[in-house]
Amino acid sequence: MSAQHPAGSLLDVRALCAWYGAAQILFGVELHVGRGEVVALMGRNGAGKSTTLKALMGMLDKRSGTLSFMGRDISRSSPHQVAQRGLGFVPEDRRIFTDLTVEENLEVGRQPARRWPDGSAAPSWTPRRLYALFPNLGEMPTRPGGRMSGGEQQMLTVARTLMGNPYLVLLDEPSEGVAPVIVEQMARMIVELKGEGVSILLSEQNMHFAELVSDRAYVLEKGQIRFAGAMAELAANDEVRRAYLSV
Amino acid sequence: MDALASFVAQLLNGLAGASSLFLVAAGLSLIFGVTRIVNFAHGSFYMLGIYVAYSAVAWLGRGVGYWLGLALAAIAVGIVGAVVEMVVLRRIYRAPELFQLLATFALVLIIKDAALWIWGAEELLGPRAPGLGGSLPILGRAFPSYDLFLIVIGPTVLGLVWLLLTRTRFGTLVRAATQDREMVGALGVNQAWLFTAVFALGALLAALGGALQLPREPANLELDLTTIGAAFVVVVVGGMGSLPGAYIAALLIAELKAICIWLGVVDVFGVTISFSKLTLVVEFLVMAVVLVVRPWGLLGRPQAPPRVSGAAEAPLRLGDNLTTAVAAVLVLSLVALPPMTASQPYVAVLAIDILVAVLFATSLHFIMGPGGMHSFGHAAYFGLGAYGAAILVRAAGLPMEAALVLGPLVAGIGAVVFGWFSVRLTGVYLAMLTLAFAQIAWAVAYQWDSVTGGSNGLTGVWPAAWLAGTRAYYYLTLTLVLAGAWLLRRMLFSPFGYAMRAARDSALRADAIGIDVKRVQWVGFAIAGLFAGLAGSLFAFSKGSISPESLYVGKSIDALVMVLLGGVQTLAGPAVGASVFTWLHDTVARNTEYWRAMLGAIILILVLLFPQGIAGFVQQVVDARRDAKGDR
Repeated sequence: MSAQHPAGSLLDVRALCAWYGAAQILFGVELHVGRGEVVALMGRNGAGKSTTLKALMGMLDKRSGTLSFMGRDISRSSPHQVAQRGLGFVPEDRRIFTDLTVEENLEVGRQPARRWPDGSAAPSWTPRRLYALFPNLGEMPTRPGGRMSGGEQQMLTVARTLMGNPYLVLLDEPSEGVAPVIVEQMARMIVELKGEGVSILLSEQNMHFAELVSDRAYVLEKGQIRFAGAMAELAANDEVRRAYLSV
Repeated sequence: MDALASFVAQLLNGLAGASSLFLVAAGLSLIFGVTRIVNFAHGSFYMLGIYVAYSAVAWLGRGVGYWLGLALAAIAVGIVGAVVEMVVLRRIYRAPELFQLLATFALVLIIKDAALWIWGAEELLGPRAPGLGGSLPILGRAFPSYDLFLIVIGPTVLGLVWLLLTRTRFGTLVRAATQDREMVGALGVNQAWLFTAVFALGALLAALGGALQLPREPANLELDLTTIGAAFVVVVVGGMGSLPGAYIAALLIAELKAICIWLGVVDVFGVTISFSKLTLVVEFLVMAVVLVVRPWGLLGRPQAPPRVSGAAEAPLRLGDNLTTAVAAVLVLSLVALPPMTASQPYVAVLAIDILVAVLFATSLHFIMGPGGMHSFGHAAYFGLGAYGAAILVRAAGLPMEAALVLGPLVAGIGAVVFGWFSVRLTGVYLAMLTLAFAQIAWAVAYQWDSVTGGSNGLTGVWPAAWLAGTRAYYYLTLTLVLAGAWLLRRMLFSPFGYAMRAARDSALRADAIGIDVKRVQWVGFAIAGLFAGLAGSLFAFSKGSISPESLYVGKSIDALVMVLLGGVQTLAGPAVGASVFTWLHDTVARNTEYWRAMLGAIILILVLLFPQGIAGFVQQVVDARRDAKGDR
């Protein structure tokens, strides 16, 4: 695979299987994210998108397969080790610390700045830079997370993960359950992050949203990858979209 | 004026007592918040605090050495806490919460015997604090200056811990982990060290609370359980995880106790009420009232269920032919036991104890496993059954046979009353409320000399003549225990049993399909109480006497240990657990002075090796074999 993607491979996943309790959800998922890419993981409800992201983080009881991140094996790492390697996770249900203020939420996510293997500085974030990216948050640094709107919480959960200065962010359903105006903001934010050199693997059901932001796409169904290719290719492929995406 | 002065003196005294209580409760609350472990051993850390402070002060001398000694004691116990967390608790964070309780209870036993071994059984009173040995006049009364110092300590520590939690990265992480520890991990924080640090801090606070009591209270080996009881109450009343709540609750309880002491014996409308006797139960009364009115405590919030929960419970299964055969062989050998062991009469006596324990544990299992209600006060119904039968025979002059029928009914009625309150709560709160009711029942039995015989209990509770021999009584016990256990098992496979299990697995869904969840749980609670009462009545007549011990928290914990040892979700579990526990207790206690530590070590090993309990483990092995055969 790395031969196929010579330009700085970040994440290589092979034969990923994962289980919730006794139920197997993923059956040999293969995917890849290169440096600087935004990749969409598409699929209907229950296809295994969130499970894939959680399995990458090591947040499930049981998983198997080869997981390599920045050339290192993470298939046995616990979530905090994965996060410390620079793989950030933004959960679908946001999981804001509602008792903590915006500032404190960011503090929990804080990790030291990173460098790329070649020694150049990797994208790094401070509360100030994040407030510039999310002006709403900058207006309420001392507000408790529990007293924010859904859209504000969505921004906070992304900002909190960025405080860990990740090389790659796993973004679970960023457009779900937020107002259309927030969806637009999220799309703009993803494009801006890409401009800053952050790579993103996002799970998404909304074709329109994915098209706006992604370079490539995978389509998941019943825990297996059914399509892999450029975003434009997926947009043009009515057959795949009808079979695995349309509701 | 004098009345006012003594009132103020009592209030100040209460404030001084509240400080140590708060320190212990604060540590307990912190640990629960982050690790979700209800640390039974927290009172043991308090006890260790006093003992270590005693030795440290003796070693470092008076003067500055005194204060250094107190600090050293707190730090040393904090380190003990860290070691305990790393060696034991770290392995069981994903185990069911009851297993964690069992493990921390094993630590209680081990620490108690370690203290016995190091410091002996004598009470040890520390020297007075240098510079604070005198007293200050307040409203014409001499008030110990050390107590004034203690009054200041409580709010000071509250302030320091608050600063630590709100102004440091460590504190931010602790508060975040209290809410969602899995997410904290996914953000790159190593939970392992966070948990260790919190546990060490909690142990340190408890030990500080103990060390500060050095000049006021002699170190003794009973402090662990009395302290943990009081600390549980404070944490639950204040609201799990809320430090200001814990402080308010500690103040409230300490002041109510002080007021009770001040009131002494008062005539109210011609009825003489001894308020000073109320001090034993006042904290549990407060807890019962608070939990009924505000089920999550004064400043607490309803707990979200933990994000990472264990695997769903496998459904209970009716036994197959093999199980039936094993049961038949077992019953036959039990019937044949007395003639077979005629040369060793003690075997039958021990067998009666085991059978009584089996029924007691089975009745607790009934609400705990299939019912999902973790009662920490099941001894209340055992004791009510025992006292009910004993009083009916002694005071009412009823024949033994009638008392054996009515005694369990007394327990059943008690369970109907206590259960009505208890089933309104769930989880840890239900556990604490049941504990509170049991403590109230214990205090009544302990103090109502004219009826219950007070701390001595009642003697001369013998069975009727035709049942008096060990062998006859053994067969009576065997018959009733088998019948009781069979009935309880039968009920689990009746529509009522299905409803109770449905209510455990999902109260909302059960409600939505027309099951009156609270009523089902209430009935289940009453049934369990009834059968625990039968075990209690049988116990009373087998011993010929009954003491408040049978209602005490230690008895409730015995039952919990039996059920957990056997396996909560296995029908044979309570029987296996009760037998093993009673036999171990008997064997170990006869062979060593340090039986508690041995028992604790055995429990700990069992918990670490067999997290599903003994019977659960056996069932797993059998199932695995069966599956392997099926594959072929």
